Amino acid sequence: MVKLGEIAQARSGDKGDGSNVGIFAHNAEDYAFLKRELTVERVKRHFAEICLGHVERYEADNLLALNFILHDSLGGGGSASLKTDAQGKTHGLAILEMELER
Amino acid sequence: MREPVLVANGQGFWGDSILGPLRLVREGPLHYLALDYLAEVTMSIMQKLKSRNPDAGYATDFVAMLDRSLPEIAAKGIKVIANAGGVNPSACLEAVLELARKKGLKGLRVGIIEGDDILTRIPQLLAEGEELRNMDNDAPLSSIQEHITSANVYIGAPAVAECLAAGADIVIGGRITDPALVAGPLMHEFGWSGEDYDKMAAATVAGHIVECGAQCTGGNFTAWREVPDMARIGYPIIEASADGSFFITKHEGTGGLIDRRTIVHQLLYEMGDPKRYLGPDCTADFTSAQIEEAGKDRVKISGVKGGPPTDTYKVSISYQDGYKASGQLTVAGPDAVAKARLCADIVFERVAMDGVTFDDEQKLVEILGSGVCHAGVVPEMDPPEVVLRLGVKDRDRKKVDRFGMEIVPLVTSGPPGVTGFAGGRPKATDIIGYWPALLPKGQVTTSVRVEEV
Repeated sequence: MVKLGEIAQARSGDKGDGSNVGIFAHNAEDYAFLKRELTVERVKRHFAEICLGHVERYEADNLLALNFILHDSLGGGGSASLKTDAQGKTHGLAILEMELER
Repeated sequence: MREPVLVANGQGFWGDSILGPLRLVREGPLHYLALDYLAEVTMSIMQKLKSRNPDAGYATDFVAMLDRSLPEIAAKGIKVIANAGGVNPSACLEAVLELARKKGLKGLRVGIIEGDDILTRIPQLLAEGEELRNMDNDAPLSSIQEHITSANVYIGAPAVAECLAAGADIVIGGRITDPALVAGPLMHEFGWSGEDYDKMAAATVAGHIVECGAQCTGGNFTAWREVPDMARIGYPIIEASADGSFFITKHEGTGGLIDRRTIVHQLLYEMGDPKRYLGPDCTADFTSAQIEEAGKDRVKISGVKGGPPTDTYKVSISYQDGYKASGQLTVAGPDAVAKARLCADIVFERVAMDGVTFDDEQKLVEILGSGVCHAGVVPEMDPPEVVLRLGVKDRDRKKVDRFGMEIVPLVTSGPPGVTGFAGGRPKATDIIGYWPALLPKGQVTTSVRVEEV
Protein backbone atom coordinates (compact mmCIF):
# COMPACT_ATOMS: atom_id res chain seq x y z
CA MET A 1 0.00 0.00 0.00
CA VAL A 2 1.15 3.51 -0.72
CA LYS A 3 -0.24 6.63 0.88
CA LEU A 4 -0.72 9.33 -1.75
CA GLY A 5 0.95 11.88 0.53
CA GLU A 6 4.19 9.93 0.04
CA ILE A 7 4.23 10.27 -3.74
CA ALA A 8 2.20 13.40 -4.48
CA GLN A 9 1.23 16.90 -3.37
CA ALA A 10 -2.09 18.65 -3.70
CA ARG A 11 -4.00 21.92 -3.56
CA SER A 12 -7.72 22.54 -3.46
CA GLY A 13 -10.12 25.46 -3.68
CA ASP A 14 -13.74 26.27 -4.43
CA LYS A 15 -15.65 26.12 -7.71
CA GLY A 16 -19.17 27.30 -6.93
CA ASP A 17 -20.79 24.65 -4.73
CA GLY A 18 -17.99 22.21 -5.50
CA SER A 19 -14.31 22.05 -4.82
CA ASN A 20 -11.42 21.34 -7.13
CA VAL A 21 -8.70 19.04 -5.91
CA GLY A 22 -5.50 19.16 -7.93
CA ILE A 23 -2.95 16.43 -7.19
CA PHE A 24 0.43 16.04 -8.84
CA ALA A 25 3.25 13.51 -8.71
CA HIS A 26 6.96 14.19 -8.51
CA ASN A 27 7.97 11.89 -11.36
CA ALA A 28 6.56 10.26 -14.48
CA GLU A 29 6.36 6.80 -12.94
CA ASP A 30 4.25 7.94 -9.98
CA TYR A 31 2.11 10.03 -12.33
CA ALA A 32 1.42 6.98 -14.51
CA PHE A 33 0.38 5.13 -11.35
CA LEU A 34 -1.98 7.94 -10.28
CA LYS A 35 -3.39 8.22 -13.79
CA ARG A 36 -4.16 4.51 -13.81
CA GLU A 37 -5.33 3.98 -10.21
CA LEU A 38 -6.78 7.27 -9.00
CA THR A 39 -10.14 6.87 -10.67
CA VAL A 40 -13.27 8.98 -10.36
CA GLU A 41 -14.91 6.09 -8.48
CA ARG A 42 -12.11 5.84 -5.90
CA VAL A 43 -12.11 9.58 -5.32
CA LYS A 44 -15.88 9.66 -4.91
CA ARG A 45 -15.68 6.80 -2.38
CA HIS A 46 -12.84 8.51 -0.48
CA PHE A 47 -14.85 11.73 -0.18
CA ALA A 48 -18.21 9.97 0.37
CA GLU A 49 -19.06 12.04 3.48
CA ILE A 50 -17.84 15.29 1.95
CA CYS A 51 -18.79 15.14 -1.74
CA LEU A 52 -22.54 14.62 -2.19
CA GLY A 53 -22.49 15.11 -5.97
CA HIS A 54 -20.54 13.56 -8.82
CA VAL A 55 -16.82 13.72 -9.44
CA GLU A 56 -15.14 14.88 -12.66
CA ARG A 57 -11.52 14.20 -13.58
CA TYR A 58 -9.14 16.11 -15.87
CA GLU A 59 -5.55 15.29 -16.80
CA ALA A 60 -2.63 17.70 -17.19
CA ASP A 61 0.34 15.60 -18.34
CA ASN A 62 2.70 18.58 -18.40
CA LEU A 63 2.11 19.13 -14.68
CA LEU A 64 2.07 15.37 -13.88
CA ALA A 65 -1.29 16.29 -12.42
CA LEU A 66 -4.89 15.18 -12.16
CA ASN A 67 -7.63 17.66 -11.36
CA PHE A 68 -10.84 16.51 -9.73
CA ILE A 69 -14.04 18.52 -9.39
CA LEU A 70 -16.07 17.37 -6.38
CA HIS A 71 -19.58 18.62 -7.03
CA ASP A 72 -21.84 19.52 -4.10
CA SER A 73 -19.11 19.34 -1.47
CA LEU A 74 -19.30 22.77 0.21
CA GLY A 75 -22.73 22.89 1.83
CA GLY A 76 -24.04 25.46 -0.63
CA GLY A 77 -20.79 27.21 -1.43
CA GLY A 78 -19.70 30.79 -0.90
CA SER A 79 -21.79 32.83 1.48
CA ALA A 80 -24.56 30.18 1.52
CA SER A 81 -22.34 27.62 3.27
CA LEU A 82 -22.34 27.16 7.04
CA LYS A 83 -19.34 24.85 6.96
CA THR A 84 -15.99 25.74 8.51
CA ASP A 85 -14.27 24.71 5.30
CA ALA A 86 -16.71 26.52 3.02
CA GLN A 87 -14.10 26.77 0.27
CA GLY A 88 -12.75 23.24 0.29
CA LYS A 89 -9.31 24.52 1.26
CA THR A 90 -8.55 21.28 3.14
CA HIS A 91 -9.73 18.80 0.49
CA GLY A 92 -6.24 18.71 -1.05
CA LEU A 93 -4.76 17.35 2.16
CA ALA A 94 -7.66 14.91 2.44
CA ILE A 95 -6.89 13.24 -0.91
CA LEU A 96 -3.28 12.73 0.20
CA GLU A 97 -4.61 10.52 3.04
CA MET A 98 -5.80 7.95 0.50
CA GLU A 99 -3.98 4.61 0.36
CA LEU A 100 -3.74 2.60 -2.85
CA GLU A 101 -2.32 -0.82 -3.57
CA ARG A 102 0.89 -0.78 -5.53
CA MET B 1 10.23 48.85 -24.86
CA ARG B 2 11.92 47.52 -21.75
CA GLU B 3 12.54 43.83 -21.27
CA PRO B 4 12.01 42.03 -19.03
CA VAL B 5 8.98 43.72 -17.49
CA LEU B 6 8.52 43.10 -13.78
CA VAL B 7 4.95 42.69 -12.58
CA ALA B 8 4.26 41.71 -8.97
CA ASN B 9 1.10 40.77 -7.16
CA GLY B 10 0.93 42.25 -3.68
CA GLN B 11 -2.65 41.50 -2.71
CA GLY B 12 -4.12 38.08 -3.32
CA PHE B 13 -7.65 38.74 -2.12
CA TRP B 14 -9.84 41.04 -0.07
CA GLY B 15 -8.30 40.92 3.41
CA ASP B 16 -4.73 39.96 2.45
CA SER B 17 -1.84 41.47 4.43
CA ILE B 18 -0.88 45.11 3.83
CA LEU B 19 2.76 43.99 4.23
CA GLY B 20 2.62 42.32 0.79
CA PRO B 21 2.45 45.51 -1.30
CA LEU B 22 4.42 47.65 1.18
CA ARG B 23 7.38 45.25 1.10
CA LEU B 24 7.27 44.74 -2.69
CA VAL B 25 7.69 48.48 -3.16
CA ARG B 26 10.48 48.67 -0.60
CA GLU B 27 12.52 45.50 -1.01
CA GLY B 28 13.54 45.30 -4.67
CA PRO B 29 13.06 46.33 -8.29
CA LEU B 30 9.53 46.49 -9.72
CA HIS B 31 7.72 48.05 -12.67
CA TYR B 32 4.10 47.18 -11.98
CA LEU B 33 2.27 46.32 -8.79
CA ALA B 34 -0.98 44.40 -9.33
CA LEU B 35 -3.48 44.24 -6.48
CA ASP B 36 -6.65 42.20 -6.21
CA TYR B 37 -9.16 43.50 -3.67
CA LEU B 38 -12.34 41.73 -4.75
CA ALA B 39 -14.21 38.54 -4.02
CA GLU B 40 -17.67 37.47 -5.13
CA VAL B 41 -19.41 38.65 -1.98
CA THR B 42 -17.37 41.86 -1.84
CA MET B 43 -19.33 43.56 -4.62
CA SER B 44 -22.61 43.00 -2.82
CA ILE B 45 -21.25 44.43 0.44
CA MET B 46 -19.85 47.41 -1.45
CA GLN B 47 -23.19 48.11 -3.16
CA LYS B 48 -24.81 48.14 0.25
CA LEU B 49 -22.23 50.65 1.55
CA LYS B 50 -22.70 52.79 -1.56
CA SER B 51 -26.49 52.84 -1.15
CA ARG B 52 -25.98 54.39 2.29
CA ASN B 53 -23.17 56.73 1.22
CA PRO B 54 -22.63 57.72 -2.45
CA ASP B 55 -18.89 58.21 -1.77
CA ALA B 56 -18.41 54.63 -0.49
CA GLY B 57 -18.31 51.27 -2.24
CA TYR B 58 -14.61 50.77 -2.98
CA ALA B 59 -11.72 49.04 -1.18
CA THR B 60 -10.59 51.49 1.47
CA ASP B 61 -7.68 49.11 2.27
CA PHE B 62 -6.18 50.25 -1.05
CA VAL B 63 -6.17 53.90 -0.03
CA ALA B 64 -4.77 52.97 3.41
CA MET B 65 -1.96 51.06 1.67
CA LEU B 66 -1.20 54.02 -0.63
CA ASP B 67 -1.21 56.34 2.36
CA ARG B 68 1.86 54.45 3.57
CA SER B 69 3.62 53.97 0.24
CA LEU B 70 2.49 56.42 -2.46
CA PRO B 71 5.53 58.78 -2.27
CA GLU B 72 7.91 55.80 -2.66
CA ILE B 73 5.76 54.30 -5.45
CA ALA B 74 5.82 57.62 -7.31
CA ALA B 75 9.55 58.18 -6.72
CA LYS B 76 10.42 54.74 -8.07
CA GLY B 77 8.06 55.09 -11.04
CA ILE B 78 6.13 51.93 -10.13
CA LYS B 79 2.73 51.71 -11.78
CA VAL B 80 -0.14 50.28 -9.81
CA ILE B 81 -3.05 48.25 -11.22
CA ALA B 82 -5.85 47.50 -8.78
CA ASN B 83 -9.47 46.39 -8.95
CA ALA B 84 -9.95 48.42 -5.77
CA GLY B 85 -12.66 50.55 -7.39
CA GLY B 86 -15.24 47.97 -6.40
CA VAL B 87 -18.67 49.34 -7.36
CA ASN B 88 -17.52 52.96 -7.17
CA PRO B 89 -14.25 53.53 -9.12
CA SER B 90 -14.85 57.28 -9.42
CA ALA B 91 -15.09 57.68 -5.63
CA CYS B 92 -11.90 55.64 -5.28
CA LEU B 93 -10.27 57.93 -7.88
CA GLU B 94 -11.24 61.01 -5.85
CA ALA B 95 -9.86 59.48 -2.66
CA VAL B 96 -6.53 58.65 -4.33
CA LEU B 97 -6.29 62.11 -5.96
CA GLU B 98 -6.91 63.74 -2.60
CA LEU B 99 -4.25 61.56 -0.99
CA ALA B 100 -1.75 62.43 -3.75
CA ARG B 101 -2.45 66.16 -3.28
CA LYS B 102 -1.97 65.82 0.45
CA LYS B 103 1.40 64.14 -0.18
CA GLY B 104 2.39 66.85 -2.68
CA LEU B 105 2.76 64.40 -5.58
CA LYS B 106 2.23 66.81 -8.43
CA GLY B 107 2.02 65.26 -11.88
CA LEU B 108 0.80 61.84 -10.69
CA ARG B 109 -1.86 60.49 -13.04
CA VAL B 110 -4.66 58.33 -11.79
CA GLY B 111 -6.99 56.48 -14.15
CA ILE B 112 -10.20 54.53 -13.79
CA ILE B 113 -11.95 51.91 -15.88
CA GLU B 114 -15.74 51.99 -15.87
CA GLY B 115 -18.45 49.96 -17.55
CA ASP B 116 -18.28 46.68 -15.62
CA ASP B 117 -21.07 47.63 -13.22
CA ILE B 118 -24.37 46.74 -14.92
CA LEU B 119 -26.62 46.74 -11.83
CA THR B 120 -28.78 49.64 -13.01
CA ARG B 121 -28.93 48.21 -16.55
CA ILE B 122 -30.45 44.86 -15.52
CA PRO B 123 -34.12 45.83 -16.12
CA GLN B 124 -33.24 47.15 -19.58
CA LEU B 125 -31.14 44.09 -20.46
CA LEU B 126 -33.96 41.75 -19.42
CA ALA B 127 -36.44 43.86 -21.41
CA GLU B 128 -34.18 43.48 -24.46
CA GLY B 129 -34.44 39.72 -24.13
CA GLU B 130 -31.18 38.91 -22.34
CA GLU B 131 -32.02 36.14 -19.88
CA LEU B 132 -28.79 36.10 -17.86
CA ARG B 133 -29.50 32.50 -16.92
CA ASN B 134 -27.62 31.00 -13.98
CA MET B 135 -24.68 29.06 -15.45
CA ASP B 136 -25.00 26.41 -12.73
CA ASN B 137 -28.73 25.62 -12.84
CA ASP B 138 -30.03 27.41 -15.96
CA ALA B 139 -32.68 29.43 -14.07
CA PRO B 140 -33.53 32.79 -15.66
CA LEU B 141 -32.46 35.93 -13.76
CA SER B 142 -36.04 37.21 -13.73
CA SER B 143 -36.78 34.60 -11.02
CA ILE B 144 -34.68 36.53 -8.47
CA GLN B 145 -34.73 40.00 -10.04
CA GLU B 146 -36.09 41.86 -7.01
CA HIS B 147 -33.36 40.38 -4.76
CA ILE B 148 -30.33 41.41 -6.87
CA THR B 149 -27.71 43.34 -4.91
CA SER B 150 -24.87 43.68 -7.43
CA ALA B 151 -24.06 42.81 -11.05
CA ASN B 152 -20.61 43.14 -12.60
CA VAL B 153 -19.03 42.02 -15.84
CA TYR B 154 -15.56 40.45 -15.66
CA ILE B 155 -13.43 42.88 -17.68
CA GLY B 156 -10.23 41.77 -19.39
CA ALA B 157 -6.74 43.07 -20.12
CA PRO B 158 -7.38 45.47 -23.06
CA ALA B 159 -9.17 48.00 -20.83
CA VAL B 160 -6.19 47.98 -18.45
CA ALA B 161 -3.76 48.45 -21.36
CA GLU B 162 -5.93 51.29 -22.68
CA CYS B 163 -5.85 53.07 -19.31
CA LEU B 164 -2.05 52.71 -19.16
CA ALA B 165 -1.75 54.01 -22.74
CA ALA B 166 -3.79 57.03 -21.67
CA GLY B 167 -0.96 57.81 -19.25
CA ALA B 168 -2.20 56.45 -15.94
CA ASP B 169 0.38 55.77 -13.23
CA ILE B 170 -2.33 54.22 -11.11
CA VAL B 171 -5.11 52.21 -12.73
CA ILE B 172 -8.26 51.66 -10.71
CA GLY B 173 -10.92 49.31 -11.98
CA GLY B 174 -13.98 47.52 -10.73
CA ARG B 175 -14.43 43.85 -11.61
CA ILE B 176 -11.28 43.36 -13.66
CA THR B 177 -10.33 39.67 -13.78
CA ASP B 178 -7.38 38.74 -11.59
CA PRO B 179 -5.20 37.60 -14.54
CA ALA B 180 -5.95 40.84 -16.44
CA LEU B 181 -4.25 42.84 -13.68
CA VAL B 182 -1.03 41.21 -14.97
CA ALA B 183 -1.94 40.73 -18.64
CA GLY B 184 -2.93 44.41 -19.05
CA PRO B 185 0.54 45.82 -18.31
CA LEU B 186 2.18 43.17 -20.55
CA MET B 187 -0.10 44.09 -23.48
CA HIS B 188 0.76 47.72 -22.92
CA GLU B 189 4.53 47.24 -22.58
CA PHE B 190 5.02 44.80 -25.44
CA GLY B 191 2.35 46.19 -27.75
CA TRP B 192 0.69 42.77 -27.97
CA SER B 193 -2.46 42.61 -30.03
CA GLY B 194 -5.46 41.20 -28.26
CA GLU B 195 -5.68 38.67 -31.13
CA ASP B 196 -2.27 37.16 -30.38
CA TYR B 197 -3.92 34.43 -28.38
CA ASP B 198 -0.77 32.53 -27.44
CA LYS B 199 0.62 35.66 -25.81
CA MET B 200 -2.68 36.47 -24.12
CA ALA B 201 -2.82 32.88 -22.85
CA ALA B 202 0.74 33.13 -21.53
CA ALA B 203 -0.17 36.35 -19.74
CA THR B 204 -3.29 34.66 -18.37
CA VAL B 205 -1.20 31.78 -17.00
CA ALA B 206 1.21 34.31 -15.46
CA GLY B 207 -1.68 36.20 -13.92
CA HIS B 208 -3.23 33.00 -12.60
CA ILE B 209 0.03 31.93 -10.93
CA VAL B 210 0.45 35.21 -9.02
CA GLU B 211 -3.19 36.13 -8.44
CA CYS B 212 -3.29 34.66 -4.93
CA GLY B 213 -0.12 36.42 -3.84
CA ALA B 214 2.06 34.26 -1.60
CA GLN B 215 0.15 31.10 -2.49
CA CYS B 216 2.78 30.46 -5.22
CA THR B 217 5.80 31.36 -3.09
CA GLY B 218 5.47 28.74 -0.38
CA GLY B 219 2.16 29.68 1.21
CA ASN B 220 -0.38 26.85 1.59
CA PHE B 221 2.28 24.43 0.33
CA THR B 222 2.04 20.70 1.07
CA ALA B 223 5.73 20.43 2.06
CA TRP B 224 5.42 23.38 4.44
CA ARG B 225 8.35 22.31 6.61
CA GLU B 226 10.69 23.08 3.71
CA VAL B 227 9.60 26.73 3.48
CA PRO B 228 12.10 29.10 5.10
CA ASP B 229 11.08 32.24 7.00
CA MET B 230 7.37 32.06 6.23
CA ALA B 231 6.69 35.17 8.31
CA ARG B 232 8.67 37.23 5.78
CA ILE B 233 7.30 35.35 2.79
CA GLY B 234 8.04 37.15 -0.47
CA TYR B 235 5.19 37.99 -2.83
CA PRO B 236 5.54 36.82 -6.44
CA ILE B 237 7.04 38.75 -9.32
CA ILE B 238 6.65 37.94 -13.02
CA GLU B 239 9.69 38.73 -15.16
CA ALA B 240 8.07 38.79 -18.57
CA SER B 241 9.62 38.75 -22.05
CA ALA B 242 8.02 39.98 -25.25
CA ASP B 243 7.90 36.43 -26.69
CA GLY B 244 5.39 35.41 -24.00
CA SER B 245 7.80 33.43 -21.82
CA PHE B 246 8.30 34.51 -18.24
CA PHE B 247 10.02 33.73 -14.97
CA ILE B 248 8.30 33.69 -11.59
CA THR B 249 10.53 34.90 -8.81
CA LYS B 250 10.55 37.02 -5.64
CA HIS B 251 12.79 39.67 -4.17
CA GLU B 252 16.15 38.60 -2.77
CA GLY B 253 16.27 38.20 0.98
CA THR B 254 12.56 37.54 1.37
CA GLY B 255 11.21 34.35 2.94
CA GLY B 256 9.27 31.64 1.20
CA LEU B 257 10.12 29.24 -1.61
CA ILE B 258 9.59 29.06 -5.35
CA ASP B 259 10.20 25.84 -7.24
CA ARG B 260 8.35 23.63 -9.69
CA ARG B 261 6.16 22.27 -6.91
CA THR B 262 5.00 25.61 -5.50
CA ILE B 263 4.13 26.76 -9.02
CA VAL B 264 2.24 23.57 -9.93
CA HIS B 265 0.30 23.90 -6.67
CA GLN B 266 -0.96 27.30 -7.76
CA LEU B 267 -1.53 26.33 -11.41
CA LEU B 268 -4.00 23.75 -10.09
CA TYR B 269 -5.78 26.19 -7.77
CA GLU B 270 -9.46 26.69 -8.59
CA MET B 271 -8.84 24.88 -11.87
CA GLY B 272 -11.63 23.44 -13.98
CA ASP B 273 -10.72 21.95 -17.37
CA PRO B 274 -7.00 22.73 -17.67
CA LYS B 275 -7.19 22.57 -21.49
CA ARG B 276 -9.85 25.26 -21.63
CA TYR B 277 -9.33 28.02 -19.07
CA LEU B 278 -11.93 30.58 -20.09
CA GLY B 279 -11.42 34.29 -19.70
CA PRO B 280 -12.59 37.45 -21.42
CA ASP B 281 -9.38 37.75 -23.48
CA CYS B 282 -8.64 34.20 -24.61
CA THR B 283 -9.05 30.52 -23.92
CA ALA B 284 -5.81 29.38 -22.31
CA ASP B 285 -4.47 25.83 -22.48
CA PHE B 286 -2.71 25.23 -19.17
CA THR B 287 -1.55 21.80 -20.39
CA SER B 288 0.70 23.50 -22.95
CA ALA B 289 2.88 25.29 -20.39
CA GLN B 290 6.49 24.13 -20.14
CA ILE B 291 7.80 24.52 -16.60
CA GLU B 292 11.49 24.49 -15.67
CA GLU B 293 13.39 25.43 -12.58
CA ALA B 294 15.92 28.17 -13.43
CA GLY B 295 17.85 28.74 -10.24
CA LYS B 296 17.04 29.47 -6.62
CA ASP B 297 13.45 30.69 -6.21
CA ARG B 298 13.14 31.01 -9.98
CA VAL B 299 10.88 29.07 -12.36
CA LYS B 300 10.51 29.59 -16.11
CA ILE B 301 7.24 29.12 -17.98
CA SER B 302 7.17 29.00 -21.76
CA GLY B 303 5.32 27.53 -24.72
CA VAL B 304 1.81 28.47 -23.55
CA LYS B 305 -0.84 28.11 -26.24
CA GLY B 306 -4.22 29.73 -26.41
CA GLY B 307 -7.21 30.31 -28.62
CA PRO B 308 -9.89 32.94 -29.08
CA PRO B 309 -12.24 33.75 -26.20
CA THR B 310 -15.97 33.12 -26.34
CA ASP B 311 -18.29 35.88 -27.59
CA THR B 312 -19.76 36.42 -24.12
CA TYR B 313 -18.56 38.03 -20.92
CA LYS B 314 -19.04 36.31 -17.59
CA VAL B 315 -21.22 38.34 -15.26
CA SER B 316 -21.05 38.04 -11.49
CA ILE B 317 -24.44 38.77 -9.96
CA SER B 318 -25.20 38.64 -6.25
CA TYR B 319 -28.58 38.56 -4.55
CA GLN B 320 -30.14 38.36 -1.12
CA ASP B 321 -30.81 34.66 -0.53
CA GLY B 322 -32.04 34.36 3.05
CA TYR B 323 -30.29 34.46 6.41
CA LYS B 324 -27.83 32.43 8.43
CA ALA B 325 -26.22 32.38 11.85
CA SER B 326 -23.61 30.23 13.53
CA GLY B 327 -22.13 30.12 17.00
CA GLN B 328 -19.65 28.02 18.91
CA LEU B 329 -18.90 26.64 22.36
CA THR B 330 -15.93 24.77 23.74
CA VAL B 331 -16.63 21.42 25.36
CA ALA B 332 -13.93 19.90 27.60
CA GLY B 333 -13.58 16.16 28.19
CA PRO B 334 -13.88 13.52 29.37
CA ASP B 335 -16.25 12.36 26.63
CA ALA B 336 -16.00 15.71 24.81
CA VAL B 337 -17.48 14.43 21.55
CA ALA B 338 -20.47 12.71 23.19
CA LYS B 339 -21.24 15.81 25.25
CA ALA B 340 -20.91 18.10 22.24
CA ARG B 341 -23.32 15.90 20.30
CA LEU B 342 -25.78 16.05 23.19
CA CYS B 343 -25.46 19.87 23.28
CA ALA B 344 -26.34 20.06 19.58
CA ASP B 345 -29.40 17.84 20.05
CA ILE B 346 -30.54 19.95 23.02
CA VAL B 347 -30.36 23.23 21.06
CA PHE B 348 -32.46 21.95 18.18
CA GLU B 349 -34.94 20.29 20.55
CA ARG B 350 -35.34 23.49 22.57
CA VAL B 351 -35.99 25.70 19.55
CA ALA B 352 -38.45 23.08 18.30
CA MET B 353 -40.29 23.30 21.66
CA ASP B 354 -40.71 26.96 20.77
CA GLY B 355 -42.11 26.13 17.33
CA VAL B 356 -38.93 26.69 15.33
CA THR B 357 -37.72 23.80 13.19
CA PHE B 358 -35.18 23.46 10.41
CA ASP B 359 -34.69 20.89 7.66
CA ASP B 360 -31.51 18.85 7.86
CA GLU B 361 -29.89 20.73 4.97
CA GLN B 362 -30.55 24.04 6.79
CA LYS B 363 -28.65 22.86 9.88
CA LEU B 364 -24.96 22.48 10.59
CA VAL B 365 -23.36 20.61 13.46
CA GLU B 366 -19.58 20.45 13.51
CA ILE B 367 -17.54 19.01 16.35
CA LEU B 368 -14.23 20.66 15.56
CA GLY B 369 -11.29 18.64 16.78
CA SER B 370 -12.93 15.31 16.08
CA GLY B 371 -12.07 15.32 12.35
CA VAL B 372 -14.59 17.63 10.65
CA CYS B 373 -12.63 18.89 7.66
CA HIS B 374 -11.66 15.34 6.74
CA ALA B 375 -14.94 13.66 7.70
CA GLY B 376 -14.98 10.04 6.56
CA VAL B 377 -11.38 10.32 5.39
CA VAL B 378 -9.69 10.01 8.77
CA PRO B 379 -11.15 8.12 11.78
CA GLU B 380 -13.19 10.27 14.17
CA MET B 381 -11.23 11.26 17.28
CA ASP B 382 -12.30 11.92 20.87
CA PRO B 383 -9.74 14.55 21.93
CA PRO B 384 -9.52 16.15 25.41
CA GLU B 385 -11.63 19.06 24.17
CA VAL B 386 -13.63 20.04 21.09
CA VAL B 387 -15.25 23.16 19.68
CA LEU B 388 -18.92 22.69 18.92
CA ARG B 389 -20.07 24.79 16.01
CA LEU B 390 -23.77 25.09 15.31
CA GLY B 391 -25.42 26.93 12.45
CA VAL B 392 -28.71 27.35 10.60
CA LYS B 393 -30.00 29.08 7.49
CA ASP B 394 -33.52 30.04 6.56
CA ARG B 395 -35.56 32.55 4.56
CA ASP B 396 -37.17 33.66 7.85
CA ARG B 397 -34.85 35.95 9.78
CA LYS B 398 -36.81 35.50 13.02
CA LYS B 399 -36.24 31.74 13.03
CA VAL B 400 -32.52 32.24 12.58
CA ASP B 401 -32.34 34.75 15.44
CA ARG B 402 -34.42 32.45 17.69
CA PHE B 403 -31.87 29.68 17.13
CA GLY B 404 -29.05 32.05 18.11
CA MET B 405 -30.60 32.56 21.55
CA GLU B 406 -30.39 28.87 22.56
CA ILE B 407 -26.63 28.38 22.42
CA VAL B 408 -25.41 30.23 25.56
CA PRO B 409 -27.97 28.63 27.92
CA LEU B 410 -26.12 25.32 27.46
CA VAL B 411 -23.41 26.57 29.81
CA THR B 412 -25.73 26.06 32.79
CA SER B 413 -28.39 23.72 31.44
CA GLY B 414 -26.33 21.20 29.48
CA PRO B 415 -23.64 18.63 30.28
CA PRO B 416 -20.58 19.68 32.33
CA GLY B 417 -17.47 21.19 30.79
CA VAL B 418 -19.19 23.65 28.43
CA THR B 419 -17.25 26.90 28.22
CA GLY B 420 -15.60 29.34 25.85
CA PHE B 421 -18.66 31.22 24.77
CA ALA B 422 -17.62 34.59 23.39
CA GLY B 423 -19.07 37.18 21.09
CA GLY B 424 -22.64 37.29 22.36
CA ARG B 425 -25.64 35.66 20.74
CA PRO B 426 -25.06 34.90 17.07
CA LYS B 427 -27.32 37.15 14.98
CA ALA B 428 -28.80 36.47 11.57
CA THR B 429 -26.68 37.78 8.70
CA ASP B 430 -27.50 37.95 5.00
CA ILE B 431 -26.73 35.02 2.76
CA ILE B 432 -25.41 36.54 -0.42
CA GLY B 433 -26.28 34.27 -3.31
CA TYR B 434 -23.91 34.05 -6.26
CA TRP B 435 -25.42 34.03 -9.75
CA PRO B 436 -22.89 33.52 -12.55
CA ALA B 437 -24.29 34.37 -15.99
CA LEU B 438 -23.19 35.21 -19.52
CA LEU B 439 -23.78 38.39 -21.51
CA PRO B 440 -22.94 39.00 -25.21
CA LYS B 441 -19.84 41.17 -25.47
CA GLY B 442 -21.70 43.71 -27.63
CA GLN B 443 -23.78 44.67 -24.59
CA VAL B 444 -20.76 45.95 -22.68
CA THR B 445 -18.67 49.05 -23.32
CA THR B 446 -15.84 50.04 -21.03
CA SER B 447 -14.34 53.51 -20.83
CA VAL B 448 -11.22 54.94 -19.24
CA ARG B 449 -10.62 58.33 -17.66
CA VAL B 450 -7.29 59.67 -16.41
CA GLU B 451 -6.82 62.67 -14.12
CA GLU B 452 -3.61 64.39 -13.13
CA VAL B 453 -2.85 65.74 -9.69
